[in-house]
Amino acid sequence: MKYRGNVWKFGDNIDTDAIIPARYLNTSDPKALAAQCMKDADPDFAKKMKAGDIIVAGVNFGCGSSREHAPIAIKAVGLSCVVARTFARIFFRNAFNMGLPIFESDELWAKVKNGDEIEIDTDKGEIRILSRKGKPVTFKPVAPFLQQLVASGGLMADVKARKAKAKKSSRA
Amino acid sequence: MGMTITEKILCNHTKHREVRPGMIINARVDIALGNDITAPIAISEFRKAGGKKVFNRSKVVLVADHFTPNKDISSAMQTKTVRDFAREQRLEHYYEGGDAGVEHALLPEKGIVLPGDLVIGADSHTCTYGALGAFSTGVGSTDLAAAMMTGEVWLRVPESMKIVYHGKLQKWISGKDLILDLIGRIGVYGALYKSLEFTGSTVAKLTMADRLTMANMAIEAGGKSGIFPPDEVTRVYVEERAKRKFVFYESDPDARYAEVIDIDVSKIEPQVSFPSLPSNARGVSKAGKVKIDQVVIGSCTNGRIEDLRVAAKILKGKKAAPYVRLIIIPATPLIYKTAMDEGLFDIFLKANALISPPTCGPCLGGHMGILAEGERAVATTNRNFVGRMGHTGSEVYLASPAVAAASAVLGRIGGPAELK
Ligand code: SF4
Repeated sequence: MKYRGNVWKFGDNIDTDAIIPARYLNTSDPKALAAQCMKDADPDFAKKMKAGDIIVAGVNFGCGSSREHAPIAIKAVGLSCVVARTFARIFFRNAFNMGLPIFESDELWAKVKNGDEIEIDTDKGEIRILSRKGKPVTFKPVAPFLQQLVASGGLMADVKARKAKAKKSSRA
Repeated sequence: MGMTITEKILCNHTKHREVRPGMIINARVDIALGNDITAPIAISEFRKAGGKKVFNRSKVVLVADHFTPNKDISSAMQTKTVRDFAREQRLEHYYEGGDAGVEHALLPEKGIVLPGDLVIGADSHTCTYGALGAFSTGVGSTDLAAAMMTGEVWLRVPESMKIVYHGKLQKWISGKDLILDLIGRIGVYGALYKSLEFTGSTVAKLTMADRLTMANMAIEAGGKSGIFPPDEVTRVYVEERAKRKFVFYESDPDARYAEVIDIDVSKIEPQVSFPSLPSNARGVSKAGKVKIDQVVIGSCTNGRIEDLRVAAKILKGKKAAPYVRLIIIPATPLIYKTAMDEGLFDIFLKANALISPPTCGPCLGGHMGILAEGERAVATTNRNFVGRMGHTGSEVYLASPAVAAASAVLGRIGGPAELK
């Protein structure tokens, strides 16, 4: 699987209040949330970005509130994925649970510039900066359990599949 | 090889005989919590996945506390979704209106969460219940949906970080000062993915209110959970509340820790965390002259009766400085009533305070005290991120109830020692 897009670069500790401010949480409609994506970090972000673009952030991306509205807004606005040096833990699990691809790369952040085109190759475990020459950087391999979660289409799909299986075996 | 209290609780909620940090486990959940913002997504995911009945109607707890009393039509629609679901599922624990308080103050107070429990909540401050000796952590709405269906949650067993407190607390020093100081030392991701275990001779002297405040803010250091080994203080607190059995766990002497931090509390002065990260903590004596427009005393961090008593002690016979809005939010109906019965409301009203019904309100910039551009607030809440309480050009300074109350009187950030 490959993700290719232009980079929007953000700093450290981008919290979920910046990704989707609480004042917009009186709805969980993905479209409405998408319109306010990254609002308090960059007020015009949702207007400026293009489908397929990629957020590259520093450490502790998604810290703060547990609101799943944050990964929902990022996915619904059309970003293809997020690469950060590290993720806050609730954001991390939310992303896997609801199917937003995220990658942890300590190296990429310092090397990449806003607007660069990058390509993430999940099979090779590499990220290339296409706008510039240089060696690809690596990202942290995803734990097998999480790969499985992504492959089944998120946590609820996994739960559903497990339930169906249990039903089948109880009938057998 | 020994296990920590956290590893033991997790282990006893699985089929494993032993768990180790880094393992991914499927664990049984004792309580699964949601609120008026996070539950609607969980309910919709639950339905989409074909969910008909929650796994146990006594173990799914829903609290409408964030935008309630509903601040606008959209919020009212969201709460209605939650209420309708609670009714349909005949949930034993649904709280709204005069029944409801800020979830993390309400659940311990009602004895819904108990020592030894494994609690998950679609709210990041679910880590609060570690104060009781429970494993408790914040998750997302999809996790809540899955737990409502299966009664289980996937978890990565966290490494533990031991904080050893010793020494005598100075006057006015509370759990809030200790936790702000700690986050100042280790940073907002100093405990990322880890469990913070609070121990040491000083801990035995901390009240349950102080412990709840500290465990509450484990997430502000990136922690998965915070936990206090249960003791006599715990027993006294839970015995009059518990309606089911509970278990006291303790760490083995040879349990392994990723890090041990030793802190002498006698050197800690009242703390203030400057914008816009909880880790920007400094002693109030080094705050400088910061003029303020608003003071908020409330939230799941510091809206308990003990907090209001401290505020009242400082505000007695005094008034909030001109042009300073002092907002006091008792976190639950019981706290509200107790404060009223004890005469604290008289003191607050004479001090020109506004008394709000229990709600999260301004803590997350929802309602009941939003800041304009350029305004500054001292708040007993837990986050001071950009725009957390209103306009992105406003500022939040985190502090204890004592510092917040003193600042209200002074009209600038200051400690109780500065008042006559
Ligand atoms: S009081 Fe603040 S931190 Fe606590 S649950 Fe409510 S919004 Fe969250």
